[in-house]
Amino acid sequence: MRRPAHEEERAGKSVRLARLLPRRTSVEAWLLLLPSVVLLATFAHVPIVATLIDSFYSTPRRNRPSHFVGLDNYQDMIADPIFWKALTNNLIYALGTIPASIAIALAMALFVNSRLPGRALLRMAYFTPTVLPMIAVANIWLFFYTPGYGLLDQIAALFGGHTTNWLGSQQTALGAIMVVTVWKEAGFFMIFYLAALQQIPPDLREAAAIEGASRFAFFRRVTWPLLMPVTLFILVNAVINAFRTIDHIFMMTGGGPDNATNVLLFHIYEVGFKFWDQGAATALTIVLLAILGLLALAQFVIAGRKVHYQ
Amino acid sequence: MRERLSSALETGAAWALGLFWLAPLLYAIWTAFHPAAYATHFDVTAPLTLENFARAWGAAPFARYFLNTTLIVAMIVGAQCVLCTLAAFAFARFTFRGRDLLFALVLIQLMISPEILAVVNYRTVRALGSVDTLLGVALPYLASAFGIFLLRQAFLQVPKDLEEAARLEGCGTLGVLWRVYVPLARPIYLAYGLVQVSYHWNNFLWPLIVTNSVETRPLTVGLSVFASSDQGIDWSVITAATLMTSGPLLVGFLLFQRQFVQSFMRAGIK
Repeated sequence: MRRPAHEEERAGKSVRLARLLPRRTSVEAWLLLLPSVVLLATFAHVPIVATLIDSFYSTPRRNRPSHFVGLDNYQDMIADPIFWKALTNNLIYALGTIPASIAIALAMALFVNSRLPGRALLRMAYFTPTVLPMIAVANIWLFFYTPGYGLLDQIAALFGGHTTNWLGSQQTALGAIMVVTVWKEAGFFMIFYLAALQQIPPDLREAAAIEGASRFAFFRRVTWPLLMPVTLFILVNAVINAFRTIDHIFMMTGGGPDNATNVLLFHIYEVGFKFWDQGAATALTIVLLAILGLLALAQFVIAGRKVHYQ
Repeated sequence: MRERLSSALETGAAWALGLFWLAPLLYAIWTAFHPAAYATHFDVTAPLTLENFARAWGAAPFARYFLNTTLIVAMIVGAQCVLCTLAAFAFARFTFRGRDLLFALVLIQLMISPEILAVVNYRTVRALGSVDTLLGVALPYLASAFGIFLLRQAFLQVPKDLEEAARLEGCGTLGVLWRVYVPLARPIYLAYGLVQVSYHWNNFLWPLIVTNSVETRPLTVGLSVFASSDQGIDWSVITAATLMTSGPLLVGFLLFQRQFVQSFMRAGIK
């Protein structure tokens, strides 16, 4: 039995369509992914595993190849006061810089988002440190802090103060480094708050004004809760940065005086690339990875709860 | 009345903060453009000079450092744009086994950047014979989880009808990607590109570890070598060098402020 001509034509067309449209094979997908996956695996995933394995092996020396030492590297690390010093410093550094950066970033965003005179200029002033290299920032602040010579001491002298070696003293060095971090970071975080503030519908503010709510009440009851997701996002970034950004420490103190500004990643660099002690450096890296991993987990849990809440 | 007082207070606070934020930079600019005698001595009548820049430029191979940084940044951002586009398209528009698991694995790199794993990555780069080469600086950054994530987000927004239309016109997979998806995601490319250019222009730790000579050192490492070598404490010259190395980004930022700020915003909103 012959099918009518138009039906046959339609069948042919749909075959052609089927051939044209969903020709997405997994082979094609894997080809698209291949270069990225190979590179990411080579420089992120495989190294994580390799670091873990290496941390159980001794450092290869000229006359003694690397051999399995179990937890020796970790025991040495725990017995090393510099490790504890670096870890404590890093925690102080994180706890000091993160809340300060976030609070200042929020203030900046609120300032720039309101109808202040010259707010375009202000936004530029706040944001400029973000585009400068950390190394350049460190140089500028190094000069700023120079005892007797830098602007800070000159201002102090104006008010009859004495010269202070900000970066050379155990008590002030870490604090001085932290100020630089906040200065560099706050403007960057401001941008995210600004983006979020601009998405808050203006009728909310009008409604609150009709209800007679004060500006502070409005901020506490409306703005701040709406900013929660951004705050979480900024927080995660800030914590990662607190363990990763060490460029200025190289430039300003080199971890000193007497390890007063030594932090984990800086310590890893010293052990790994100055003393070339691979075993110790990989054990330290595992500590850093564990901290970042815990952080990722915490973020996952908190973000998960947030979704339920909404 | 109370309103006006509080708004005056707010303006004052905003500008005080702004001034504090600008002060270190203004101080550096002052020092760089005046003779060393005026480095810490403020005087409106102090003569302006470019001498410090000339001396800095002559004292270290900054021209070479500029070239190195430019090449490294171009290599990284170029490769990232191509590789992330391909991978993001696969994640956005293909279904295959293990896709979600693979995507989750890719996202790990958001947190763990190559410099944290420097010990093992250095070994890898050495095994590839790329220590102290421009390629060695770029290698660990050529693929980026951040880029894949951003572009996947953008590609998911593209209406499927457009793709089907393009397929009917005879476009293959890469044709569809190039003609439909890439043009529609242009703002994301701009945002991602700007963020990455400024990130890699400023990157320091990994290049410090991997480079060892004038021919490969980027500006940041060159500047740190220059500032910590025997320049003594001639701050005028060091500050001039500092401004010089950040100059292109700074000027670019001042000229395209809106795009910069919007790009950082766009790249941050997830």
